[in-house]
Amino acid sequence: MMYSPVQPMHIPDGFLSTLVSVVFWGISVVAVAYALRRVGKDLGERQVPLMGVLAAAIFAGQMLNFSVTGGTSGHMLGAALATILLGPWAAVVVMTSVVSIQALIFQDGGLLALGANLFNMSVVGVTVSYFTYTSLRKLAGGKSWGVFAGGAAAAWFSIVVASLACALELALSGTSPANIAVPAMGGVHMLIGLGEVLITLGALAFLYAARRDLFHTGEPAPKGALVVWIFGLGSALALAVLSPLASAHPDGLEWVAGQAGFLAAVRPPLYNLFPNYTFPGISNTALATILAGLLGTVLVFGVALGAAYWRRKKRRGETPGRS
Amino acid sequence: MHIHFIDPYRPLTSPIHLLDGRVKFVLAVSFILTASLTPAAAWPVYILLTALMLSVEILSGLGIGYVLKRSLLALPFALAAFPVIFTSGETAFFSFPIGSWTLTAHAEGLERFVSVMLKSWLSVQAAIVLASSTPFPELLQAMRAVGIPRLLVGMFGLMWRYLFVLVDEALRLMRARTARSGESAQAGTKAGGSILWQAHLTGGMAGNLFLRAFERSDRIYIAMLSRGYDGEARLLPLPPMKGASWGALVAGLALLGLLLSFGILLRG
Repeated sequence: MMYSPVQPMHIPDGFLSTLVSVVFWGISVVAVAYALRRVGKDLGERQVPLMGVLAAAIFAGQMLNFSVTGGTSGHMLGAALATILLGPWAAVVVMTSVVSIQALIFQDGGLLALGANLFNMSVVGVTVSYFTYTSLRKLAGGKSWGVFAGGAAAAWFSIVVASLACALELALSGTSPANIAVPAMGGVHMLIGLGEVLITLGALAFLYAARRDLFHTGEPAPKGALVVWIFGLGSALALAVLSPLASAHPDGLEWVAGQAGFLAAVRPPLYNLFPNYTFPGISNTALATILAGLLGTVLVFGVALGAAYWRRKKRRGETPGRS
Repeated sequence: MHIHFIDPYRPLTSPIHLLDGRVKFVLAVSFILTASLTPAAAWPVYILLTALMLSVEILSGLGIGYVLKRSLLALPFALAAFPVIFTSGETAFFSFPIGSWTLTAHAEGLERFVSVMLKSWLSVQAAIVLASSTPFPELLQAMRAVGIPRLLVGMFGLMWRYLFVLVDEALRLMRARTARSGESAQAGTKAGGSILWQAHLTGGMAGNLFLRAFERSDRIYIAMLSRGYDGEARLLPLPPMKGASWGALVAGLALLGLLLSFGILLRG
């Protein structure tokens, strides 16, 4: 048995343009750094053991599955459950650990694309969960159905909205046309979200019976929660409005980007920043191209030769009697 | 049963394994960045990058087969980029009728699709070689060296330490479920109850796992406290970089920079 990821939401490297990757890295770094500080203030020295072990638990929990039909199985991502039990800041930190280790060790999502994956799963997933859950709980007053209705809605919306963010990133990179990526991603995750809802409900039912104190009934919201609530509402609304707009228009996202005025910022590739880029001392572009190509080929050839030579030497070293 | 085997690290003594973890980390990320920045359809550069990657795989002793088998993981995502063949570009490449309408593939779209797939495939290979040839503590060291906050690095380290314990626990929960819900080896007989019932049960298992982890973290915290923990993530000082490591780092970066500039000059 090998650890096999089954999550279509982890974007591998290569599918996002460099600019989109870098921008989302920036956003995620700021969000995660802020969440880390907040958690540090709330938990103090307990932070490292609690967050580390719970991240391992979410990772292990993603392996629990139940067969649906024809070889497919339902399993959970865990952003909603983490948000409900730990609060928004700690959930961001826990999901960040999970998604980073998945990318670094298991190639479940790319390294350069990690910024975007962190944005989708820890930032958007957690804020949307927090917004839906707290809103429904408020609506229910102190009644217990608020926990379950809120949990179910948080699970479903966190998956679907995160998948829309993923589709828009792909469209923004020019990898996938928005009018196909958005409905396809959204549609698939509306179904996957149902699995998340069922598992989250099961987990909440168990925990509500076993440890009701974990649900912080009647406790005041943590400081800064309003920011998360507003961000959750904002990102849910923005993606709900942007996605149909992007997919309905023939030019998809480019039209939206043009309307919003950031088309100019997105379109030119990064390397247009160096017009007439040449080697120092060589003014002719064609000559520079040939030179760079030749030099690169020779060097790669050298590395390949080195590898082959090392292999031969090693094999000879292993079997001294034969030759 | 223990779950050590999910750890992708393969202990070998190849030159790649012996290389400083920090150098490997920076070079792997630079390789992925180079692949990402290489313009679409700069085929010679893709060929050179592939040759470089394959050489490193041979040099690492992991074997090309091992890496290629694992690199297929990212393949299903190709579906997301597939439609671009038919939607971008002007030059009609070929078209075929489906029912009442025709689907036209464009040359530019095809170029873009193939480039995306190559970039993705090369990047995932670099990540696999990194994870398979570097022990986790060295990766943590590399993360500290590139400036990731030590608090986060400490959390990653603790997560890794307990990952195997908790995955073992999850496997035990699943085995208990299999034992109790009457899974049959006979074809056509369904295990357990309805999907709803199964989902509810799996949710209960997730909640159970969470609760156990919660209580375990309490015990770990108390154990750490009794050994002098005061909230500071204390890690060993980073060992100094050797001259040879610096050489490998600079040479690798220079080669990647050269290949990238070749690609940009070719198509930019």
